[in-house]
Amino acid sequence: MRILVVEDDKDVAGFVVKGLKEAGHVVEHAATGRDGLFLAASEAFDAIVLDRMLPGGVDGLRLLETLRSQGNTTPVMFLSALAQVDDRVKGLKAGGDDYMTKPFAFAELLARVEALTRRGRNEGPTTKLVVADLEMDLLSRSVKRAGTKIDLQPREFRLLEFLMRHAAQVVTRTMLLEGVWDYHFDPQTNVIDVHVSRLRQKIDKPFATPLIHTVRNAGYMLRPEPP
Amino acid sequence: MTGRGIVEIPSLPAGAPPELHRLPPPSLIERAFRSTGVRFGVIYAALFGLSAVALAAFLWWSTAGLLERQTDTAIDVDAQGLSERYTEGGVPALVETIKQRVDGNVDDDAIYLLVDPAFRIIAGNLDGWPERLAIDVEATEIRISRGGVASLAMVHRYDLADGFHLVVGRDVEAKAQLRRMLADAMVWAAGIALALGSVGAWAVRGLFRATIADVAATATAIGAGDLTRRVRVSGQGDEFDMLAETINDMLERMTRLMDGVRQVSNAIAHDLRTPITRARARLEDAATHAASTDELRAAVDRAIVDLDGIVAIFQALLRIAEIEAGSRRAAFAAFDMTPVLRDLVDMYEAVAEDNGQALEADIPDTLPMFGDRDMVQQAVANLLDNALKFTPAGQSITLAASRTGAGAWIAVADRGPGIPLADRERAPERFFRGEQARNTPGSGLGLALVQAVAHLHGGNLVLSDNNPGLRAELQLQAIE
Repeated sequence: MRILVVEDDKDVAGFVVKGLKEAGHVVEHAATGRDGLFLAASEAFDAIVLDRMLPGGVDGLRLLETLRSQGNTTPVMFLSALAQVDDRVKGLKAGGDDYMTKPFAFAELLARVEALTRRGRNEGPTTKLVVADLEMDLLSRSVKRAGTKIDLQPREFRLLEFLMRHAAQVVTRTMLLEGVWDYHFDPQTNVIDVHVSRLRQKIDKPFATPLIHTVRNAGYMLRPEPP
Repeated sequence: MTGRGIVEIPSLPAGAPPELHRLPPPSLIERAFRSTGVRFGVIYAALFGLSAVALAAFLWWSTAGLLERQTDTAIDVDAQGLSERYTEGGVPALVETIKQRVDGNVDDDAIYLLVDPAFRIIAGNLDGWPERLAIDVEATEIRISRGGVASLAMVHRYDLADGFHLVVGRDVEAKAQLRRMLADAMVWAAGIALALGSVGAWAVRGLFRATIADVAATATAIGAGDLTRRVRVSGQGDEFDMLAETINDMLERMTRLMDGVRQVSNAIAHDLRTPITRARARLEDAATHAASTDELRAAVDRAIVDLDGIVAIFQALLRIAEIEAGSRRAAFAAFDMTPVLRDLVDMYEAVAEDNGQALEADIPDTLPMFGDRDMVQQAVANLLDNALKFTPAGQSITLAASRTGAGAWIAVADRGPGIPLADRERAPERFFRGEQARNTPGSGLGLALVQAVAHLHGGNLVLSDNNPGLRAELQLQAIE
């Protein structure tokens, strides 16, 4: 995928660009808002990682607003040191698709950016999700694996749905908290791990091959073969 | 033409003061009127004087004025009767009637005079035609002479046919005396009103100044750094007391915020030093002693975990500061607490079961609330986190909620070691960690956030003994 990184800090930018390239993406970098806007408006990207405070007169918010006013719908991930709730709201209101605060873990950034680009692709309403021999019928709210019906609690169903929608993709604990529980804080206890392990008991335990894998230092991934 | 000013400025002699831009010094009166106290005093005096004048005018109108109007009416009625007689029987009848009336006048205040075209007296009780009663005057107050005695009279003049003139009047000497007395009284009253008004104005100004002086003195003391000073409240419950209380409330809050800032800076200085030291030591140790790349990588990984912990503490501190500053009030909205609490129970129940604990919930079907949903959610989550952390296996944790008159009451009770009475007061302070909590993971900020959220919602966090264990009650007001 083609990703544009607009970030003025040389170290942070270098780290992000290197990481994204290692993950197999094509990355362009702009160090000022003006350059970033020029690149974003003149070339096609699958996602933009955007700092909010940028030199050169055009800050992240302005850049995004200008881009959106031109009808450009490229998914944008804010990456900012402005961490207050109001800042986040402002960023999302301006047209941002996700908001991450600095400092950040690269695994989290990568997972979220990939989720953003994925989201743009399958917009159509789906009624059925399938990963290997695991099937989820969204209309009858039923789950089957290898033809066997599996009973899930409503919350387990939503957790599995989230994992299946992001199949073959790293899903972090924070993403699950926000996406499944709509919680915007980190609980002290390992709640997510407990819920995932319960889901594993039902989805993976009775079968030969596991589908839910733990990705070290990052989160989880649902796919037929181990990552 | 427009460039004139620019050309003229350099032509001014060097050092000449720019007179045009200097305001004239304020005069003494201008200066005095800048004082609100003086303005209030003057307004008071003006109102007092105005009401005194209004009162005097009414008094005059209803006494002296009334008498005058009565006299006028009496004269008119009298003249009406005479005119009827004159129409009936001419001058002789008029003369007869005048004589009768003069004789029948017991009070001896009626005045009549009938003169012929040559102003010779035909009938009446006046000594002569009053000189000042000119030809064209119809009604006036004049000095008259009656039986040799001078007096004051109100007279009306009527010109009859054939050149005869008739004067009808009333002696008003007694009434004039009354009027003079009244006027004298009013002059005195005006003097007294002026004196009282001035004294009152001065008193108002003084009172005002005294009250303001206390506020000013308090503000000065606060400005100089003495945050304990407060404005004196007289206890009368008047507007000044209300002002004083408002100011005191503001100062109270400012002091709390200042304390908060001080606490946070102290906390950063002391409590963050430990994890930073640890991370630094690990990195330095790895840099100098690591024998292999794997060891080095492991040390770096651990240091990252340490740094993440520090960041988490920072975020918690900032979050608490954000809540305490009250800026989150803008995000207040109406919501139902019940699904929020049910979701939390659903989330933590699994964890409790894994730990061998039981999580029991007693939540009403609906619990309307007005506030910040995310913040309340996080506060209850923190309480549940704590309860799960400290309750031993085999014991239960309860989450109870109910509606109160003002909002909502939420309680989380556990069977852990509890918090000793001595520490309970300090438990919600930032970075406070009790003896029992020393060896458990945590930042010591959980309860601080809960308390901040409670304060944000006009409520409180109350910690009590659950015999055994801790009972944390959250009282929230649904302030709109």
